[in-house]
Amino acid sequence: MKRRNLILTAVFLLLSVIFLVYADNNFDSYIVRILNLCAIYTVLGLSMNLINGFTGLFSLGHAGFMAVGAYATAILTMSIETKQANFFLAPLISPLDKIVLPFLISLIIAGLIAVIVAYGIGAPALRLKGDYLAIATLGFAEIIRVVFTNTQRVTNGALGLKGIPSTTNLWWSFGIALFTVIVMISLINSSYGRAFKAIREDEIAAESMGINLFKHKVLSFMIGAFFAGVGGGLLGSLLGTIDPLMFRFFMTFNILLIIVLGGMGSISGTIISAFVITIATEWLRFLDEPIKLGFLTTPALPGLRMVVFSALLMVVVLFFRHGLMGTRELTWDMIFGFFNRKKPLTKGGTK
Amino acid sequence: MTLDLFLQHLTNGISLGSLYALIAIGYTMVYGILRLINFAHGDIFMMSVYFAFFGVATFGMPWYAAFLLAILLTGALGILVERTAYKPIREAPKISILISAIGASFLLENLATVIFGGRPKTFPQIELFTKMVDVGAVRIQMLTFMIPVITVALLIGLLYLINHTKSGMAMRAVSKDIETARLMGIDVNRTISFTFGIGSMLAAVGGIMWGLKFPSILPLMGVIPGLKCFIAAVIGGIGNIKGAVYGGFILGVGEIMLIAFLPELTGYRDAFAFILLIVILLFRPTGIMGEKISEKV
Repeated sequence: MKRRNLILTAVFLLLSVIFLVYADNNFDSYIVRILNLCAIYTVLGLSMNLINGFTGLFSLGHAGFMAVGAYATAILTMSIETKQANFFLAPLISPLDKIVLPFLISLIIAGLIAVIVAYGIGAPALRLKGDYLAIATLGFAEIIRVVFTNTQRVTNGALGLKGIPSTTNLWWSFGIALFTVIVMISLINSSYGRAFKAIREDEIAAESMGINLFKHKVLSFMIGAFFAGVGGGLLGSLLGTIDPLMFRFFMTFNILLIIVLGGMGSISGTIISAFVITIATEWLRFLDEPIKLGFLTTPALPGLRMVVFSALLMVVVLFFRHGLMGTRELTWDMIFGFFNRKKPLTKGGTK
Repeated sequence: MTLDLFLQHLTNGISLGSLYALIAIGYTMVYGILRLINFAHGDIFMMSVYFAFFGVATFGMPWYAAFLLAILLTGALGILVERTAYKPIREAPKISILISAIGASFLLENLATVIFGGRPKTFPQIELFTKMVDVGAVRIQMLTFMIPVITVALLIGLLYLINHTKSGMAMRAVSKDIETARLMGIDVNRTISFTFGIGSMLAAVGGIMWGLKFPSILPLMGVIPGLKCFIAAVIGGIGNIKGAVYGGFILGVGEIMLIAFLPELTGYRDAFAFILLIVILLFRPTGIMGEKISEKV
């Protein structure tokens, strides 16, 4: 059984690689961009699910970490000329104006800066619980955004950054998504992961089992922030421009929708729902435009798409609280089990 | 800074603080009963401004009728939100309720964008409220004086309602213990809806005065005031109505004074409230007037 699963996983990965090679060469840039977004939202969803789903800390500060990562990556990768063109109001402080680093190193540094910020936020805020934690982290994300709007000489303020080198391609985004999945799976199945889940289920019981609550909460928060920073960096590089308004609560809402739909505490659920939500976001674009119904044309209603998404979030929470997967994982055994389920049990059989 | 100028800033601060207080009461009442942050409260506030706007500007109603209708409609909207978004999952884990609240908030914002349009509208100016009066050397809008007076009057009424009427007694009982209150024959669902209705109506009064004071209205105008008023409620000690009013005043006066004394920090105005929140949560998590809650195992 174990062998079969390993082979199937290998075949699945091989097929994915073949698909990516095909997509890279044959699909138009619009579809490639959507695929990139799918992979980036997988990274972001997994990082938020680690904090919210696996550790049970309801944090709403994700957009803040993404902003840190996106700005760090953008400033580190932009060429000196682009920097001068961007910072025409006030020059970029040195030594940042002279540094140009390769993409991968910038991403790692961006993630690490997000980790440092997460520690600064987490050390005080993680003493809070439930909705207080939610508001405090939301507040921190807003503070990060306000600071970025006002620090003209580091982030170019409200003007944002333009002309970020577009290094993100299918290999980068899917490679990092795969890396994130592997890290998450090994983390969740390690002793740390079990400690996270114990904290989610019952903090007091976990503490009396000898789990250091503060250490594990901050750790989960920092790992989540690292991948949020990396995801933000990828996103900035894909879009080419970033500004502080991009990282409003709306951004956190999108990722929250992904993890709630996929199931808080399920890696495979997050991956599926990251793809579903991203593709649906593009596919439902027609809702914002005028719709022709035969002879009748409805006027353009910008915002209708978001009405659908907010209603979707409420429907999922109200009627399907566990989302697609709940805390389960989609495994090969489960898929085979699903196909074998239809056969009735043999007489006296216990399955 | 001259004394006159200081007094002008102080009046502005108290006026803004009163608005914060009116909205913060809604948060604190709901939290007191359900232990839930009503994320949609800021958006209910936004809807009330639009209701009043359409009453006056589109349907040409006299302002008092339009305002009264807007207040009643907002109360009904508050109850509707409670019935659809919170009541079905009252027994669910806290995270689910919080997510549902966020969903309700986004739904209202986006519905407003679709129905009312994303462009700012101008709230009608009513002579009685917007005329300028001279007090000593300073010129101040009439409204700036009226807001604190209306707030205090409403607060006295609310405290009477809670402490001296049967519905108020039911609300206090439900906030102590829902199950026991139910056993005592209190209609819990009705009491919770009543609380939402009252809180939303107070937010509507705040919203209408907000519209008169800051006439540019937008579908997203409720987000930042909503968050700030929640912060005001936390500063005062969430669950405590007088605390919410103190919190509102502290936040309003603090914000205006920050801009008045340190104009270079104006850009950080919205961050001020959050920094205050975090400081309060770290050193006195139950706020100024909140009672200590210990965790039961």
